[in-house]
Amino acid sequence: MLKQTEGSKAVAEAIALCRPEVICAYPISPQTHIVEALGEMVKSGELTPCEFINVESEFAAMSVAIGSSAAGARSYTATASQGLLFMVEAVYNASGLGLPIVMTVANRAIGAPINIWNDHSDSLSQRDSGWMQLFAETNQEAVDLHIQAFRLAEELSMPIMVCMDGFILTHAFERVDIPSQEQVDAYLPPFDPRQVLDPKEPMSIGAMVGPEAFMEVKYLAHAKQMQALELIPQLSAEFKQTFGRDSGGLVRTYRAEDAETMIVAMGSVLGTIKDVVDDMREQGHKIGVLGIVSYRPFPLKEVRAALVNCKRFLVLEKSLAVGMGGIVATDVRMAVTGTGLKGYTAIAGLGGRTISKASLQNLFLQAEQEHLEPVTFVDLDWDAVNKQLERERLNRRSGPIAENILHDKGMLSAAKFG
Amino acid sequence: MFQIRIHGRGGQGVVTATEMLSVAAFEEGRHAQAFPSFGSERTGAPVVAFCRIDDKEIRLREPIMAPDALIIQDPTLLHQIDVFAGLKPDGYVLFNSHHSFEALGLGDLVKVRGLQRMCTLPATELGIKHIGRPIPNVPLIAGFAALSGIIKLESVIKAINEKFSGKVAEGNIAAATDAYNLVKEQMKEHANA
Repeated sequence: MLKQTEGSKAVAEAIALCRPEVICAYPISPQTHIVEALGEMVKSGELTPCEFINVESEFAAMSVAIGSSAAGARSYTATASQGLLFMVEAVYNASGLGLPIVMTVANRAIGAPINIWNDHSDSLSQRDSGWMQLFAETNQEAVDLHIQAFRLAEELSMPIMVCMDGFILTHAFERVDIPSQEQVDAYLPPFDPRQVLDPKEPMSIGAMVGPEAFMEVKYLAHAKQMQALELIPQLSAEFKQTFGRDSGGLVRTYRAEDAETMIVAMGSVLGTIKDVVDDMREQGHKIGVLGIVSYRPFPLKEVRAALVNCKRFLVLEKSLAVGMGGIVATDVRMAVTGTGLKGYTAIAGLGGRTISKASLQNLFLQAEQEHLEPVTFVDLDWDAVNKQLERERLNRRSGPIAENILHDKGMLSAAKFG
Repeated sequence: MFQIRIHGRGGQGVVTATEMLSVAAFEEGRHAQAFPSFGSERTGAPVVAFCRIDDKEIRLREPIMAPDALIIQDPTLLHQIDVFAGLKPDGYVLFNSHHSFEALGLGDLVKVRGLQRMCTLPATELGIKHIGRPIPNVPLIAGFAALSGIIKLESVIKAINEKFSGKVAEGNIAAATDAYNLVKEQMKEHANA
């Protein structure tokens, strides 16, 4: 049913339609509205049979999900930012054990300095954790990706994060088509686990594995993600048959046909980028877009195919590999190895910094003219940066950086934001 | 695309107002996007929320920097932030106050913009009268419907019925209808002035 609703509420309804049997969650912004709505649905009896477990931390949330998934229950949780970091040891265990848990990550920056706003640092920090990661561009896609995620996770017996931009998507009201229970049931069969902890047939999961077998177990995790590269497009095509719309897949291009400059990005910023590209196309610029839906597994072949005919590309990412540059850009550059293409990286939107159409248009024009440095920090306040660098040059005891910058900008705290 | 920015304080239903505006527009078959300014919401702190309305899919995710309409829920914000920043020259202004713009010290704004698209509304008083609480958001979005004609009062009422039920819904509908009529009357006066 088409409705005007909040992203978090829409995702909660989608999760309920997937018939989860255990939901464990610890509240953290901007994910909280999702599990709150699910908690209400379990309490009212609307979502049954399902056990909603309040846990004492994110570490416990993932640990409970591991236990319930190993016992054969379809298991779901959601987190963000420091919450994801707090559960990391269990995150690696979930994938190492091959448990098909689905987790929403409402993408948010990582502190310090503490910041509740959106960027992609949190889930990207789990790049190598063995979890798949799909990024939603809109709330409709967030709904659709969750339904596909349970199928994908359970077919491969591997966990998956569905990533949606915190606040920008989770707290936005827009129109979303919520599928019917019949449609979801037709697409998503009941969970048929590869391994089950069952008191009637006792066995153990989680043995210590030495040098004689560890590499094989790890290789198999990699092999499953390589299988996912085949499976994700299939599931997306099947989704279109059942639900009548394109959602998911590995990558998607926009106005890329004869593009000489390609902009590569993930998540909701693709919407703003497409608006800028439409404007620039009207002015005669040959510019197109490559949206990456599947960050892990990373679709090297598809990214290469989408870029190989352009002259230059710019990866715009909401993440920073401190001491190196871009995180997504590194993978994109790997995909185009040997093509000789010019590649640029733009770091934008960290900690919720506005990514405006005006700034993007300026950036894309510079990329087109090949006037960019290899790494650009979009809308960075150089005066504030240089003032602090000068302060550090002049004073040994220059004080805490975040507080100095806030002071220079005339703010007592982030509370004055907005 | 029509862009609305609402300024208020935590507890005044600023975010809810933009959400309800988006629901009202959706009820008319239009595309709408509502989102808050993503602050740490606390009672009394300045809050900004946004609503876009269009006839096609809305992809843009930047905050609204050049609004077509402003709704100001709290007059005390005038001393704190530039609520009029970026307002389009022909933009609408709906201000929650029982005073006139001149009495609020905004006479210069009226001189520049004229009163054709500007209106004050005692929305807090309407909230107290009809709902029993000093919450101005619903009267203001109904007043906005009257001021701009961008959405219909029926659609606002549909959005109220989707959000509330029983006595609360009834009170809000009464407040909305009262606000709508007050703004319509004022605009007639402004047109005749």
